[in-house]
Amino acid sequence: MRQFAMRRLIIPAVVAAALGTGFPAHAQAPDAAFKAALAEAEATNKRAGELRNQWTVTFAALAAARKAGEAGEFDKATKLAQDAKALAEASVAQSLREKDAWRDSELH
Amino acid sequence: MARKAVRFALRFAAMAAAVSVIAARPSVALDASTPEQDFKVFREYFVKKFPKVPLEDFVNGPYSMNEDMRKQWIEKEDFPPYDFAVDRGKELMAQLFKNGKTLADCFPDKGIGIRQNYPYFDTDKGQVITLELAVNQCLEANGEKPYSYVKDDMAAVTAYMALTSRGKPMSVKIPNDPRALQAYEAGKQYFYQRRGQLNFSCASCHIQSPGERIRAEVLAPALGILNAMPIYRSEWGGMGTISRRFTTCNSQVRGTPLEPQDPEYRNLEYYLSYLSNGLPISGPGARP
Repeated sequence: MRQFAMRRLIIPAVVAAALGTGFPAHAQAPDAAFKAALAEAEATNKRAGELRNQWTVTFAALAAARKAGEAGEFDKATKLAQDAKALAEASVAQSLREKDAWRDSELH
Repeated sequence: MARKAVRFALRFAAMAAAVSVIAARPSVALDASTPEQDFKVFREYFVKKFPKVPLEDFVNGPYSMNEDMRKQWIEKEDFPPYDFAVDRGKELMAQLFKNGKTLADCFPDKGIGIRQNYPYFDTDKGQVITLELAVNQCLEANGEKPYSYVKDDMAAVTAYMALTSRGKPMSVKIPNDPRALQAYEAGKQYFYQRRGQLNFSCASCHIQSPGERIRAEVLAPALGILNAMPIYRSEWGGMGTISRRFTTCNSQVRGTPLEPQDPEYRNLEYYLSYLSNGLPISGPGARP
């Protein structure tokens, strides 16, 4: 009897543990990945702004990401936000490179 | 003994690293050429690259580079598209402010024949003052609403001032003030720095490729490029100022433009104008 009672407790626990890896993903808000990607893209673009070299295409990608997010298309929105971050990173890299590289093209 | 050797090696490595950092640090002050050297090199470059173009003709931008365009331009000059702007600019210069003064009162010689002296470095304020900035400073100082920097009334007023200065040699000075030299250097840096997704600098088009086509446009040489400003552009369907030209250039390379009359743009104007010293004012201009 006692053994049976133990089994009643253990089996659901094992089943729950087996499914457990999927729980956090299901528990996560559906827009969480998008929001995180957007925040990263915005922060990188802010850095580009501090370097006075933002790109128009970054803003376009950010706007498209927000629009897709508002429409509930979170996979598409996340990808667009990641694109925006990549563009912002490239603009930051360009600024840092050009800090000194401009002298190479100066007329002498 | 072995420990001593390791310690020595570490110390040596640290010293070597420190020396290499110092050596790698850009020695801007040592490398920088003087404005006089830049002026000479800049002029020689264009004269050598375009031996058939008379020096004074560089101020006519693409028309100095392309014979067909030149013919069209000469015909267009019979009824120039900037005429309305010049008339409007003349009116605005004389129009009374609420306090009874006029825009003309803010400028030497009532603003007639003075375009070639702009921009100048204001040693009191420690910054470059362009003609466009001076116009708006005058309006604001007299309690008037400033103009948009990019077109309309600003383009009209500066078109009138340019027309009354036609033929006068650009005469931009760099006073003996380290801040003025700094502004000039910053302008040079902006000119050569690549920006935007297309990774273009001002020099990519106006040093490396003048006379070449970029889509339907023939690129103007950097030498004398601002002497023709402001311009009527068919592409814009109206007049545009130097501010409009700079911001549009940035957008065209997919860079976000700075605010018109941002110090960086003013420094750029200072640099380019200085290098065009001696060449005649040809503005207002007309471009396709």
